[in-house]
Amino acid sequence: MSFKKSLFVAGAAMSSWPLLALAQNQVNMSPGVTEIGAEIYDLHMLILIICVIIGLLVFGVMFYSIIYHRKSRGVVPAQFHESTKVEIAWTAVPFLILVGMAVPATSTLLEVYDNDEAELDILITGYQWKWRYEYLDDSGAPVAFFSNLATSQEAIYNTEDKGQNYLLEVDEPLVIPVDTKVRFLITANDVIHSWWVPEMAVKRDAIPGFINEAWSKVSEEGIYRGQCTELCGAYHGFMPVVVHAVSQEEFDSWMAAKRAEKATELASASVELSLDALMSEGEAVYNTQCVACHGAAGEGGVGKAIAGSAVALGDINTHLDVSIKGVAGTAMQAFGGQLSDTEMAAVITYQRNAFGNNTGDVVQPADVASYRKG
Amino acid sequence: MGAHHHGPARGITRWLFTTNHKDIGTMYLWFSFAMFILGGAFAMIIRAELFQPGMQLVEPGFFNQMTTLHGLVMVFGAIMPSFVGLANWLIPMMIGAPDMALPRMNNWSFWILPPGFLMLASTLFMEGGAPAFGWTFYAPLSTTYAAPSVTFFIFAIHVLGMSSIMGSINIIATVMNMRAPGMSYMKLPLFVWTWLITAFLLVAVMPVLAGAVTMMLMDIHFGTSFFSAAGGGDPVLFQHIFWFFGHPEVYIIILPAFGVVSQIIPAFSRKPLFGYASMVYATASIAFLSFIVWAHHMYTVGMPVAGELYFMYATMLIAVPTGVKVFNWISTMWRGALSFETPMLFSIGFLVLFTIGGFTGLMLSIAPADFQYHDTYFVVAHFHYVMVAGAVFSMTAAVYFWLPKWTGRMYNETMGKVHFWVSFVGFNITFFPQHFVGLAGMPRRVPDYALQFADFNMMSSIGAFVYGASQILFLYNVIATIVAGEKVSDEKVWDGAEGLEWTVPTPAPYHTFEVPPKVDTAAAHG
Amino acid sequence: MLRLTNNPGTDTALKLAAVACVMFAFVFVVMVPLYDVMCDVLGINGKTSGSAYTAVPAQVDTSRQVTVQFIATNNDGMPWVFRPEVRQLTVHPGEAVDMLFHATNPTGAAMVAQAIPSVTPSRAAAYFHKTECFCFDQQPLEGRSAAEMPLQFVVDQALPGDIRTITLSYTLFDVTAMTGDKIAAR
Repeated sequence: MSFKKSLFVAGAAMSSWPLLALAQNQVNMSPGVTEIGAEIYDLHMLILIICVIIGLLVFGVMFYSIIYHRKSRGVVPAQFHESTKVEIAWTAVPFLILVGMAVPATSTLLEVYDNDEAELDILITGYQWKWRYEYLDDSGAPVAFFSNLATSQEAIYNTEDKGQNYLLEVDEPLVIPVDTKVRFLITANDVIHSWWVPEMAVKRDAIPGFINEAWSKVSEEGIYRGQCTELCGAYHGFMPVVVHAVSQEEFDSWMAAKRAEKATELASASVELSLDALMSEGEAVYNTQCVACHGAAGEGGVGKAIAGSAVALGDINTHLDVSIKGVAGTAMQAFGGQLSDTEMAAVITYQRNAFGNNTGDVVQPADVASYRKG
Repeated sequence: MGAHHHGPARGITRWLFTTNHKDIGTMYLWFSFAMFILGGAFAMIIRAELFQPGMQLVEPGFFNQMTTLHGLVMVFGAIMPSFVGLANWLIPMMIGAPDMALPRMNNWSFWILPPGFLMLASTLFMEGGAPAFGWTFYAPLSTTYAAPSVTFFIFAIHVLGMSSIMGSINIIATVMNMRAPGMSYMKLPLFVWTWLITAFLLVAVMPVLAGAVTMMLMDIHFGTSFFSAAGGGDPVLFQHIFWFFGHPEVYIIILPAFGVVSQIIPAFSRKPLFGYASMVYATASIAFLSFIVWAHHMYTVGMPVAGELYFMYATMLIAVPTGVKVFNWISTMWRGALSFETPMLFSIGFLVLFTIGGFTGLMLSIAPADFQYHDTYFVVAHFHYVMVAGAVFSMTAAVYFWLPKWTGRMYNETMGKVHFWVSFVGFNITFFPQHFVGLAGMPRRVPDYALQFADFNMMSSIGAFVYGASQILFLYNVIATIVAGEKVSDEKVWDGAEGLEWTVPTPAPYHTFEVPPKVDTAAAHG
Repeated sequence: MLRLTNNPGTDTALKLAAVACVMFAFVFVVMVPLYDVMCDVLGINGKTSGSAYTAVPAQVDTSRQVTVQFIATNNDGMPWVFRPEVRQLTVHPGEAVDMLFHATNPTGAAMVAQAIPSVTPSRAAAYFHKTECFCFDQQPLEGRSAAEMPLQFVVDQALPGDIRTITLSYTLFDVTAMTGDKIAAR
């Protein structure tokens, strides 16, 4: 078989490796669901194959030596120890191979940087330890929401079984339409994070005070999961990215539903809610936002205990202050920017009545709103 | 210099006040091995937690302290001091000098290390815990959002940095001024050359690290905003400054390892090193290039495309001189008369596994592909191949090679071979699967992972425990050798070994070359 | 060669120690300003100038349009309402454009904010000139009050032809604590 042909066969064989992707024990990168991802995959395979070939040649020579040039075989060692010609050869040839690699690498990189002419812009903000997505549009009230890890503490701490998408599931995924060039504007609220979806081949650092951009055009409907890829504190491993790529029609109706949801949210802020409603929503908020540091039973951990705490049992205004503004110099963040009035009212009501606290206090969204106004 | 020597002092004061390069080398080596065990213990905690999905043993915050301290202790406490220890023992003997140029500074260089590391380790017991921002300590996680112990971390880095700078100054001053007559630069053993070049790198970039942590200190305590956008600063500036140090740092770690292997392979091939001059030029090229490639650690930070392309091309270039060195080592073996004692096994292991690490390094240099590799386990696999199978294997080879000269006793060869094979197999089981999980999407510095990464992580953890256990075997072998090993008295312990250190008695006397040797101008360099 | 002491080894050591000191100073005296200069001159990292651009009367390039997009983000713990009056504008290079950002301090206490601009694509930053910007100064706001903060900018005619969209992002930081003395004095 000619050299070219064997290369082709090897390439064809390895192009089936993507089928190993997305499986348990995946050994290779996935070409993913975008053109640029497929280009990156091809570049990856090209470099890998060249390295494997060079490695086999080089180690082949070495192992030949190990077998045949042994003292125990009685060989007399040669004494040659230099050759300028050979040094030039094995400097020039690798240099030329590198130039060959640099050409496709350059063209792929230029495409990665081509952020122009996008059809949809999304602002992504990294927080400790969740993502916020905002669909940039001309209305004064863009669709925006936080995307939190949905895996339970019980699953993480092994008291419950782990689901199939353990650590890669969120409460509110990012939804984008397929076959649409989407531009991501990426920044951070606190420390440096990094937004990565392997199957979309997008990774960009989220830097506080600075804006980065990246783009993607997904060609297949589906759910794509990624993670934060820059150490950002204790829960760096617990802030996944989930993207739903859907048809344009599905995207439009999802957006409409989201806008309606936002309108309801704003409306509900002036409504009086029952204790049951507040407790139920409060528990959900607690288990997403508070449980990692304050414990499933309010027993504390990284954060202080809520059960029997002075804050939860004492003045409601102090409780609001700590929750909305955070506590400077500690890990207690300012949740004021992350929770709506309704969510904040619910979680504070929950904390004051669960874990044996039983204060009977009810905090309404309007109370939160007026506290925010000072 | 006084001509009147009584031999070493007795008791603890010998070690506290010694200015003898052999004593100081010994202290560096034992200290670095203790740090290797400490850093290894942190690694065992990491791999134990990562044995299965879910949090079983430690909290996420503590896990981050473990990964941070593992990196800091291994890089600054184990690898770097171990090669300084080798430099101390060997450089004076290899150049025919009686000691280092500045023996008292040499003592200080060592003795500030234990307090420095004690301070770093003590942060585990401070309010808020030890540093948990990774050994690369990016701002603002390491400034605005750091635990109070960060101030002690900064102080410890200053102390360790001072030790390295002083040690490097000593090495340069020694090599430049104290070579025996006839020992020209191009007759220097390659171990001396690689250390000379490394020492220049250290003097140039260790102060940059000191600058970076000083700027952190100022941001944290004195209201400056070098790395804070709010005050007009930039977190990315930290990364540029850190990696301007950080990239030469990894060559600081590996160049002496290259030097060791360049001594050992010719000895067990019974053939001179192939391409001596090329090896020197290649080492110098690598050192020069190391200054101008730093931002390949930052490909995802949002650099303009021109910058990204430049750093990609410059980084790819480093493969050329590195390849030249690998070809030269193999050509040294080619048509030699090879034997495979333990030092040679570790050197060949280095050659194979470091080359694999070099290949993954080339893959990582390709910027668009790196968008998929960056901050995943693919990177973790890469740097453990070059640092463990590279630097640590080389260091281990060095100990087996020179221990008989230092102690006058031979180590147990069977145990040495077992140590090699268990290490080799354990290392690969630990780190090869990490390439897979990285490519499959597992980020680094995470205490828990999605289910599809479970099997390879379990494999990796098992390998880690095997590798860790084999180091205990090594420790046993070294101690047993020193205490009761079979005595050796040939000056040339290994029949193929060349170099001035193999002309002194075995064990090496407390003082050697008090009278400079005559270096045969026609002699082959070691 | 300069001889400082009797011992050549010590001489070498002193010279190297000087190199080490120079490298330490290099970080502060060269690397930081160099980084800022590179950012200013080349617009790397999306940093725009921190001072007003003196507009030169220039031809408006009506043959070309550029979309300028505005993003407003609050940094950690900043409670203000902060948003641009419009999401984006279509402008001609050379044209002076005015727009406003709304800011409301909903708390009861006086606060001071600092807006930090960032532009993407980063190479557009060198061609994005702000003749008037609220980001040049710290912005104080009494409790429960609002302000309209003006921005006037010009996109340079020399903007590379392949850039059709420029995104200007402001991150609002709470700097009240840093300016505490100044507030008390008012």
